[in-house]
Amino acid sequence: MRLSPDQRSALTSLWLAGPATLAMVVFIFLPVAIVAVLSFTDYQFGASSFNWSGLDNYIKLFTSSIGQRAITNTLLYVAIVIPFSVGFGLFVAIGLHQMSTWAPRLSNVMKTVYFLPVAATLVAMSVAWQMVLHPSLGIVNQSLAALGAAPQNWLSDRGLVLYTLAMIGIWQSIGYNMVLFLAGLAAIPSDLYDAAEVDGAGSGWSRFWTVTWPMLGPTTLFVMVVTATNAFRVFETVATMTKGGPAFASDTLVYALYREGFVYFKAGYASAITMVFFVFLLVLTLLQFRVVEKKVHYR
Amino acid sequence: MSNILELRDVTRVFGDRTVLDRVSISIRQGSFTTLLGASGCGKSTSLRIMAGLDRPSGGDVLLDGKTVSGLTAYERNVAMVFQSYALYPHLTVAQNIALPLTMRHLSTLGRVPVLGSLVPGASEARRMILAKVGETAEALGLGELLDRKPGQLSGGQKQRVALGRALVRDPSLFLLDEPLSNLDARLRVRMRSEISALHRRTGKAFIYVTHDQTEAMAMADQIVVMIGGKVAQAGAPRELYERPANRDVAAFVGHNAINFLEQGDGIEIGNSVAGLRPEDLSPDTAGTLSARLESAEYLGSEIVLGLRSAKGTEIRAIAPGDYAVPAPGSELRLGFSPRKLHLFDATTGARLETAA
Repeated sequence: MRLSPDQRSALTSLWLAGPATLAMVVFIFLPVAIVAVLSFTDYQFGASSFNWSGLDNYIKLFTSSIGQRAITNTLLYVAIVIPFSVGFGLFVAIGLHQMSTWAPRLSNVMKTVYFLPVAATLVAMSVAWQMVLHPSLGIVNQSLAALGAAPQNWLSDRGLVLYTLAMIGIWQSIGYNMVLFLAGLAAIPSDLYDAAEVDGAGSGWSRFWTVTWPMLGPTTLFVMVVTATNAFRVFETVATMTKGGPAFASDTLVYALYREGFVYFKAGYASAITMVFFVFLLVLTLLQFRVVEKKVHYR
Repeated sequence: MSNILELRDVTRVFGDRTVLDRVSISIRQGSFTTLLGASGCGKSTSLRIMAGLDRPSGGDVLLDGKTVSGLTAYERNVAMVFQSYALYPHLTVAQNIALPLTMRHLSTLGRVPVLGSLVPGASEARRMILAKVGETAEALGLGELLDRKPGQLSGGQKQRVALGRALVRDPSLFLLDEPLSNLDARLRVRMRSEISALHRRTGKAFIYVTHDQTEAMAMADQIVVMIGGKVAQAGAPRELYERPANRDVAAFVGHNAINFLEQGDGIEIGNSVAGLRPEDLSPDTAGTLSARLESAEYLGSEIVLGLRSAKGTEIRAIAPGDYAVPAPGSELRLGFSPRKLHLFDATTGARLETAA
């Protein structure tokens, strides 16, 4: 049997894209669908049956104080991490980009140093942070004491713990954002800077607002999406350093999901948390791509 | 007429590479000067040094008789048009053209969209800018496009916007860096005459960098030919064509590549090289040169003949369009006027003045 060229090319496409599509359906879409179904039940891991419970799981998440705490903590954490991580990432990238013209070697060393936290395992880094932030032995409190300031319980003070974790989150993501911004900076045509210079926008500040910032638009959008998704997923630092405590002051969505699902085996409730988490990410991504994309690519 | 701009013994060294070697160029007030040369000859670097975007390693830059080495491009008040147009992609056509004016007439606070209108004097400045931008855009035929972004424009339209941005600010001097090289051939010819018209209208000095000798010949009243980081010859197009200072300039200038003949190619020239342009060499039964015909390109108004001398040198000659081309391989006699013969030193390549 001879196939027409159209049929043959269709077959090739199917052969190339088919396996990946199948894997995606089986390993991503199907589990999401199952989780979505489970979130309307009271299913427990290991149980042989379950009952439909309607929206009970969602009502519990949004009305119980622990559920609300997890949601507000996560949103606050994201709201702190995004601006600082993106801002510092851009700041460091511009600094190192300019440095590479007069001290390329030092600039490369600094890039590596900034990137280390990204490459390192966050769990291992958390141990290091625990030492640094130790109430009596840690270098932070020692320095504060030496300066005459009052030492703080960084990880066990209810009012402080979330900010401490956010600070570590920022520290961890600056390097990654810096690398993305460096790539964006390298792609800006030098002609535009020349034009800005001729047009009278040659001083540092106007150069930044006339050329650098607008030309980094697409990069900034991407960096914000990546930072936001990573911030929403905050888990390692919470699990290793605070376990959501003290008194749920640092409880976050993913940590709550882990606790409910894998410690208390409440698969139904954990599924509901997963769905909420999923919707947050979906809305965020859609918002950024639909609304901001038009403003960023200048069409 | 005085010199608006002067480079005096300007040298530019990048690392261990000398890009400009003691270059001296004078630009007369209101003139149209072309810097002509192959890529890498230092013409763009010269332009950037004139603009103040690059600093010379040695030598002086004089604007209106005063040294400007310490001044930025903006302080020199020069306008520049870039090969890539260098339009700001996030600004509309109107905002692109207005940018030099907003930078000059509005304070940092006054440039902020809404807040800016509260700054004293900002709204008058805005009105003035709007009027000037409208005027410039009308003159360049951009009136309909003012609200578009550069991404929606064709190459020719972008080129006009770039020109508009240069025109709007009334600069002391226009610098154009290969502004037409990204356009297709037909548009290039049209923009060429538009730029010439712009030059006549503004009466300002234009300095135009190009590698295209046709562009240079068509537009300039002074051509500076640059070869290997040095000024090979500067002068009017006619002077360059009729009396090239050396072999390289002769090879660069002229629509048809010049023939170089040596002793033994059928002419008695002693120990030198003769340059003879194809358009000065045509079939003539009484001619003194003899060569074998290899090819003929019919171009309508003329026929370009490809020949080879007895010694093996390639020779090109131009015959009138109605010339009956003999079969390839036949021996042809070619005639030329001795006045049109350029003689160059065989070793240095410099022009020898004993020709005529």
